[in-house]
Amino acid sequence: MNSSLLLSAATFIYALASVFYIGSFSFKKPAFARLGFWVIVIGLVANTGGILLRWMESYHMGYGHAPFSNMYESLVFFSWTTAALYVFVEFKYKESIIGVFVSPLIFLSIAYASFDPSITSKITPLIPALKSNWLIAHVITCFLGYAGFALAFGFSFMYFIKPKDPGASSFFAKLPDWDTIDELTYQMIVFGFLFLTIGIITGSVWANSAWGKYWSWDPKETWSLITWFIYAIFLHLRLMRGWYGKNLAIVSIIGFLGVLFTYFGVNFLLSGLHSYG
Amino acid sequence: MFFASVKLTVYTLVLLALTSIVGTVVLQNGSPEAYIRLYGPGLYNMILVLDLDRMYQAWWYLLLMVVLCVNIVVCSIDRLSVTWKIIFPKNISVNPQRFEKTKNRQQFECQLPMDSFAHQAKQMLAARAGKVIEKTSETGLILYAEKGRWSRLGVYVVHSSVLMLLAGALIGSALGFKANLRLDEGQTADTVFDTHTRLPIKLPFTVRCNDFQVKFYDTGAPDEFKSSLTILENNQERFTEDILVNHPLRYKGINIFQASYGATTPDEARFEITDSETGTVEVHTIKNGGVVSLPAGAGNFIFEGFVPHYDFNGHDLGEAFIGRLDTMDGRNVQIVLPTKFPTFDKMRKSRFTVEVKSWDQAYYTGLQVTKDPGVPFVYTGFLLMIIGCWVTFFVSHQSVCIGLEQTGSGSTRVWVAGRANRNAQSTNLIVKKLVKELKEVSG
Repeated sequence: MNSSLLLSAATFIYALASVFYIGSFSFKKPAFARLGFWVIVIGLVANTGGILLRWMESYHMGYGHAPFSNMYESLVFFSWTTAALYVFVEFKYKESIIGVFVSPLIFLSIAYASFDPSITSKITPLIPALKSNWLIAHVITCFLGYAGFALAFGFSFMYFIKPKDPGASSFFAKLPDWDTIDELTYQMIVFGFLFLTIGIITGSVWANSAWGKYWSWDPKETWSLITWFIYAIFLHLRLMRGWYGKNLAIVSIIGFLGVLFTYFGVNFLLSGLHSYG
Repeated sequence: MFFASVKLTVYTLVLLALTSIVGTVVLQNGSPEAYIRLYGPGLYNMILVLDLDRMYQAWWYLLLMVVLCVNIVVCSIDRLSVTWKIIFPKNISVNPQRFEKTKNRQQFECQLPMDSFAHQAKQMLAARAGKVIEKTSETGLILYAEKGRWSRLGVYVVHSSVLMLLAGALIGSALGFKANLRLDEGQTADTVFDTHTRLPIKLPFTVRCNDFQVKFYDTGAPDEFKSSLTILENNQERFTEDILVNHPLRYKGINIFQASYGATTPDEARFEITDSETGTVEVHTIKNGGVVSLPAGAGNFIFEGFVPHYDFNGHDLGEAFIGRLDTMDGRNVQIVLPTKFPTFDKMRKSRFTVEVKSWDQAYYTGLQVTKDPGVPFVYTGFLLMIIGCWVTFFVSHQSVCIGLEQTGSGSTRVWVAGRANRNAQSTNLIVKKLVKELKEVSG
């Protein structure tokens, strides 16, 4: 048993979960979604095991660092935080079908890590800039933030597929009511915003101890700030201007596009200090 | 009023988000040549007019920040003058009418008489919702408890943290600097050069690099670079410290960071000189700047120096030693000996060829020297921002009210309801649990 095997297993289990959730939605069978939930839980266990094993393997190789040092490891961790947060939310709110847009995100992230040939899964030693206790705090908080936003994005999508007035007997009536979706989206964004804030701050404090500058307008920094602005706009619109529903869902989707660009776009299209994931 | 509107906040944030993108796409702090090469002269003029080459310091970007700050200040003053009385009331007024229309309101009959039930209800309410205020109404008794009133201040803490951050940034840019310093092993310096303006800045002390070490992993990737630095004042050694990436030296408000490194001229090296006419091969260890005589007294060889990057017809051949052959026949040529290509000198096809056999690699250390008196303000801002966000989003002002009314038959009519300024879900939960407990004792 090694970590790559376990993580490939997690990839396929998440794929199966997505199939169940999407199947539940397409064939209008809520039971599939409930099954999907338990499949995600199993996937999460495999994902957790894979990350821990990889951590141990890096010690065996003599490098000894937390598995948060490159694109592969960060994608795997993104799947993990998103899955973990989703399991928590579904468990708490007992709304199963909301996973229909979230489960594919969980699957796509870890699948992208495994299948894109340009992303290496090799365990490599830590470059000097990453050798800091801030690494773990920074990565965990940022990715909890990203997970919150990913879930909010998945929930916001509901607004575009659920008919305004579902018939009482139709499958759509089984979808959570608008108030619940609205509340869930808001809760996820509040969660994401708090952790993105802490993530930017830990990164900033770290930059100050590594490079002597807490803020240098590096593309990664700037884009995380842009994302922060978008979600700050979301919160002001909702809390102070009374926005809700579809309009607000659009802001949430734009915000997640900001997250995606901060995460991937910056690394692939722009150059900067933050080239490791 | 214009500056008190949340609409302005939203528009300013939208503008900040959109314009911030520009600086991640357009090259920042580049040279004029770089801009003309990338964008052409026409666009370059536009970049200059709009300050896009240093966008985040441009007047219009700073203006947006100022608008945001004024907006925050005016909004806060505007609202705080109203909410202050809510946050710190002289005495808390209990108004049961406000609980009449709450969604979580529940009502039930209790078999106990009002007074004995009220005693138990008071304790349960106190345990769940805070200190209880009792009030007799015309119909019976009102029990009221609340907590988290102070949490209404959270949002002001968040907003003041933004001001604190920007104040710190302002102080840093006015009184701080960022400079680079290159020190060879053994070299000292007390002046650094500003990264942007290139102007010299005198440090309040002298810094010496005793030693630089770089370690590599077996994959060839750098593992660690380390400089041993000594701080001197009035020619007295104060202390010596090793600095690494992520472990800077801080002294008298100045921070010294390990930023980069490179190869520099070794103190001495071993050269092999071959005389192709006689076949003589001689090996000499020569100090930097030293001279040896060539075989058969045909002249001298001088070790003149070292370059980290030798440019050969547009190709970077890497590190190279520089020497000079001064022969008796009056010829005097400079020769270059790239370390990656040991036989490079044979290409000259002359009588004497020189090859570098071995040397003690010497390094210079690239240090970043910064001073930023704004950092304590920025860090305070960070702390306030986290605390403020936490309070704003996860603590709410919750109040729970129990109304008791004696009925004619000796039982008590009870209603329970809760309100919150946000996160109603948790208040609903408190009401639900409280009702369950109350029903258990009501028989």
